[in-house]
Amino acid sequence: MTCLPEIKPGQKKLGLVIDLDTCVGCQACATNCKEWNTSGHSAPLPDFHPYSAGAEGVWFNRVHSFEAGEGEQGRTVHFPRSCLHCEQPACVTVCPTGASYKREEDGIVLVNHDTCIGCGLCAWACPYGAREMDEDAGVMKKCTLCIDRIYNETIPEERRIPACVATCPTQARHFGDLGDPESAVSKLVRERGGYDLMPEMGYKPVNKYLPPRKRATVQAKPVEDAPTSMDIKNPLLRWMDRVLTR
Amino acid sequence: MNPAGSIVFFTTASGAGYGLLYWLGLLRPLGLIPGDPWFGLVALGLALLLITVGLLSSLAHLGHPERAWRAISQWRSSWLSREGVAALLTYLPAVLFGIGLLGDIPALAAPMGLLAATSAMVTVYSTGMIYASLKPIRQWHHPLVVPGYLMLAAFSGAALLAMLAAFWGNGAVPAVLALLTGAGGFLLKTAYWRGIDTQPPEATAESATGLGQIGKVRPLDPPHTQTNYLLREMGFRIARKHAAKLRRIVLAAGFGLPMLLALLALLTGGAAAMALLTIGAVLALGGLLVERWLMFAEATHTVTLYYTGT
Ligand code: SF4
Ligand code: SF4
Repeated sequence: MTCLPEIKPGQKKLGLVIDLDTCVGCQACATNCKEWNTSGHSAPLPDFHPYSAGAEGVWFNRVHSFEAGEGEQGRTVHFPRSCLHCEQPACVTVCPTGASYKREEDGIVLVNHDTCIGCGLCAWACPYGAREMDEDAGVMKKCTLCIDRIYNETIPEERRIPACVATCPTQARHFGDLGDPESAVSKLVRERGGYDLMPEMGYKPVNKYLPPRKRATVQAKPVEDAPTSMDIKNPLLRWMDRVLTR
Repeated sequence: MNPAGSIVFFTTASGAGYGLLYWLGLLRPLGLIPGDPWFGLVALGLALLLITVGLLSSLAHLGHPERAWRAISQWRSSWLSREGVAALLTYLPAVLFGIGLLGDIPALAAPMGLLAATSAMVTVYSTGMIYASLKPIRQWHHPLVVPGYLMLAAFSGAALLAMLAAFWGNGAVPAVLALLTGAGGFLLKTAYWRGIDTQPPEATAESATGLGQIGKVRPLDPPHTQTNYLLREMGFRIARKHAAKLRRIVLAAGFGLPMLLALLALLTGGAAAMALLTIGAVLALGGLLVERWLMFAEATHTVTLYYTGT
């Protein structure tokens, strides 16, 4: 059913919090995502011309880099982009078949690949470009928040987190329940001023982004280190320095 | 947005078919078009042919056409589903309308004609709403998009009906309607283009990344060096100067000339009217194909903010 589930108070909202301060743009999350998901719930994630010019394929996570600001305040920010598991996902309501749905129990947005007709309307309806058509199978694919890891009882408990979160070498990605104000991720969002992408679209993303931390204020001018005569090691030069400065 | 041929053809052909059905069902009970049942049947046949060919072409756009029947299930939330339901439902009164014409039963033909006309309008409205409800595409999420779809269907339908009616000796009323809806379409499209040219985009690279709190945002490194589905589907852009030329073609060949020809046909009548209105209908449909193509080519999607910053 593509009507959205009713939002109850205290609703569980699983999602990611991505720290743009620590992300180094290494692409590990995107790579591990591809690796896990090409044999998981949405398998396969096809590649076309993988070994020649024009190689392309389906990825659920794409890491961009931006420059923001000017001059000394300007900085480079690496920016992973994936499904935000929105609270008001028009990608779901536009779906004519019911293949796209938002789970009532945890808010994860999924596609049923057995009923999707591959019309592509949901990809048009997503402002964030989080849905990619599997043009080989003719169905839409998207991030599942690693539904096949986070509830997977056949893997050790500490590994029941999304593949991108598990692999991030700088721990720039956090996973948890953003519907619970006392969860670690909710606290992180409060402390660091986490925000929504494109709030003006009204999709109410669950995933949050943490802004790069403010730089320490830059000194007006670096202080020069003037050497004293005692810093001159060579005795001959030290004598000359003393004679000349007299 | 990438102008997929199957969808451009679908909205033009089916739009004209629904427009034709609309005017036929409405004008026939009022006695404003030739009352000969054969005229009615030929016009109805052409309308259903255009509708059906268009709908079939839209299936070509799907990854799984054999599952298309599933698309009528989510009418509670999805305009695409509503369009599918309305499109299928329209066949019912349309076929009964045809039976009424064939058996010369006005008591059946008249109400079924009106029902088919209403249903045709609802279908075109739903088509328009599919586009108008997509917030990430500001050129579609515009108040003039739905009126545009309705007006252009009415215009192309009137042009076709005028052509057919001329062959039955009296195309005056539909020719006047083609003139009026043509003028309406001309004004609507002009206003729409002015609207999308001046309206500033709601979302920016700053809001898309949230990095506006640092300053101006510029894309530095893309996530992939080759193209992908998103860029092919949503990154398609047409050069401004080409768009301007195509807009002029739409206004002149799609609206202006058919209107002029309809006017001449009203003045001359007879065999000349047949020729003039036929050329007019062909030009109108050709113009609308270009207009629909432009509707896609000029539309921009917010995902490109991440790639190009605009
Ligand atoms: S990010 Fe896009 S695909 Fe994911 S829930 Fe939101 S609108 Fe849907
Ligand atoms: S592509 Fe599939 S999931 Fe997306 S709107 Fe169409 S049927 Fe629904």
